[in-house]
Amino acid sequence: MNGFWAILQRDLRLAMRQGADSVMVVAFFIVTTTLFPFGVGPEANILARIASGVIWVSALLAAMLSLERVFQTDYEDGSLELLTLSPVSLELLILGKVLAHWLTTGLPLIIAAPLMAVMLNMNQDGFIILMVAMLLGTPALSLIGAIGAALILGARRGGVLVSLLVLPLYIPVLIFGAGAVEAALLGISATAQLQIMAAILLLTLAAAPFATAHAVRQAME
Amino acid sequence: MADFSGSDLTCLRGERLVFGGLSFSATSGDAIMLRGRNGAGKSSLLRLMAGLLAPRSGTLYWNGENIADDRIAHHGRTQYLGHQDAIKPVLTVRDNLRLWGQLRGVRDLDAAIDRALDALDIHHLASVTGRYLSSGQKRRSALARVLIGQSDLWLLDEPTVGLDRESCAELAQLIASFRKDGGIVIYSTHIDLDVKNPTILDLDDFAVPMVEWLAEQDEMDDDQSDNATSQSSPEAAQ
Amino acid sequence: MHRFAKPSVFLKFTAPILPWLSVLTAILIAVGLYFSLIASPVDYQQSHTVRIMYIHVPAAWMGLFCYVGMAICGAMSLIWKHPLADICARATAPIGAMFTVVCLVTGSLWGEPMWGTWWVWDARLTSMLILLFLYLGYMALVNAFDDPERGSKAGSALALVGAVNVPIVKFSVDWWNTLHQPASIVRMDGPTVDPSMQLPLALMILGFTCYYFVVLILRVRLELNERRIRALHLSGMFDERSNPATAKEQSYDAGHNAEAKQ
Repeated sequence: MNGFWAILQRDLRLAMRQGADSVMVVAFFIVTTTLFPFGVGPEANILARIASGVIWVSALLAAMLSLERVFQTDYEDGSLELLTLSPVSLELLILGKVLAHWLTTGLPLIIAAPLMAVMLNMNQDGFIILMVAMLLGTPALSLIGAIGAALILGARRGGVLVSLLVLPLYIPVLIFGAGAVEAALLGISATAQLQIMAAILLLTLAAAPFATAHAVRQAME
Repeated sequence: MADFSGSDLTCLRGERLVFGGLSFSATSGDAIMLRGRNGAGKSSLLRLMAGLLAPRSGTLYWNGENIADDRIAHHGRTQYLGHQDAIKPVLTVRDNLRLWGQLRGVRDLDAAIDRALDALDIHHLASVTGRYLSSGQKRRSALARVLIGQSDLWLLDEPTVGLDRESCAELAQLIASFRKDGGIVIYSTHIDLDVKNPTILDLDDFAVPMVEWLAEQDEMDDDQSDNATSQSSPEAAQ
Repeated sequence: MHRFAKPSVFLKFTAPILPWLSVLTAILIAVGLYFSLIASPVDYQQSHTVRIMYIHVPAAWMGLFCYVGMAICGAMSLIWKHPLADICARATAPIGAMFTVVCLVTGSLWGEPMWGTWWVWDARLTSMLILLFLYLGYMALVNAFDDPERGSKAGSALALVGAVNVPIVKFSVDWWNTLHQPASIVRMDGPTVDPSMQLPLALMILGFTCYYFVVLILRVRLELNERRIRALHLSGMFDERSNPATAKEQSYDAGHNAEAKQ
């Protein structure tokens, strides 16, 4: 576990020193969400109707945009090579990197989400469920995204490519995440959706580090 | 006594055959210098030895055991220095080195980092962030990484790039003392590095013309008419 | 050690199969089309529109079949690291993507008279659309690398990840669809398929599957031959006639030889 904490600590320190990254992800999230009222008009009930979907889609895009930095800089400066060669299981190191990514992007998004929900006129009944759903959903996004980020190492046009790879895989999280909030707004129990989201999170937690490690090793060859 | 050897190694990068039928062996205290022109596969061989690349055929052994059987153990005894220095511009030299020490589970890490920095004469840079380092200083920081923690095998890919004459001499000294302690050093360099009687491995000797190699596989399906050209070629090439 | 040996075995084995398979494909599709377009009864509700089903359903089947095939190839490439598995997966993707497009287009053509719109967010159609995205992602990834082998390997890993995801996507889209739409809508190819439809459907599915294998063999052969040509270029073979003595010297100078040939 030492390796896990070491890489987590180092990635968090990097994110802190480079500072702007987390802020930019949240800013992107807020700006994207703000675009929707311009597109569909400022009517309160329409915005309330689409709020959960809009927040989730924006969160998805924001999480995806920040993916490239999970491995890209380490790949370019040779650190990833050394991580692969360190006497610690690569899967564990990747889990540490993904956790760092989630702490610096997913977590700020969860905190920013209620703010956007207020601005989109969402009923307050949905707030708690929205945050719980994002708490379950965003780590899955980071885990799935890491696979995509590792696969495109060394590819041309990596940034656009990763969105094409990762967005279709995000769809289940989007469906159940937005579904949970809608259920809560209708006054129905959202337990089923949240349970499915937890199941998705557990599955990705079990499988994604191995797939990512495999992709990273391939990129090193 | 440690023993590191490889037999009948063939390396294919992309679709290009880099070298074939390469064998080597080294025991504690040995140094192997890799020679060969550009593209002969010096870096590929070092990556193969580190376990980053898998050979297309052949096996690498450490004390008689295939290194692919226990990668973690092999990574634990190996220090690899690639072309890149892996220095993060926003972290101090000490923080940069700390990660690699932590991953190796080095006890008393700060003292180990101090010793490594002293050995490379860059202790005054310990709290300077990576972005202010010159390329030679970065290279020396990367070399300091190699000194942290226990290791039995150094794989140095062009360690002298960006180093001045004095640093090269220091590096030669570090290599000598590592060998005295029973370490094995395998390195490639294009300038003279003052290492005492290294075994020279010339990779140009293991270059297999691709036509021969293709012909070899074509023997398997000699009734295919479209291979006629490639079968006639080996004689022409030799 | 397989090196490229097994690919040449592939060439040897498929050469005699190919003509037979092509003829079989032509017969199956011709007979299938006859039964589905002419000899089959007209649906009392859908009239002639029902005939679109005979293309739509086999195309949907092929879209899924090809993806499963790609994932199996991906697994084989992962486990045995056989180069042929990568090539097969790579050759399968465009075929599967085309079948998926055919499925979507015919679905849309069928939907216009039935539903009155060209596109309905029906669970099956939506799942096929996402499948198309997965294909597009795969193809983009495979072609995004300078080294084709690296692209194929990354693609194989992605195909496996996608295959794990396909059932989850299917489940979630079904769930989403039942939540947002009343179930009264006319379903495409509902649970009851009339026996008179089964024969043409089966023929078309078989014909499409054979067609897939014909195209797969052709594409794999093409890829193998391309690889061989590239290898010969790298080896400096083509300089032999002009300057045989230096052929060996030049065999490692890829850039030089590539230029010399152009």
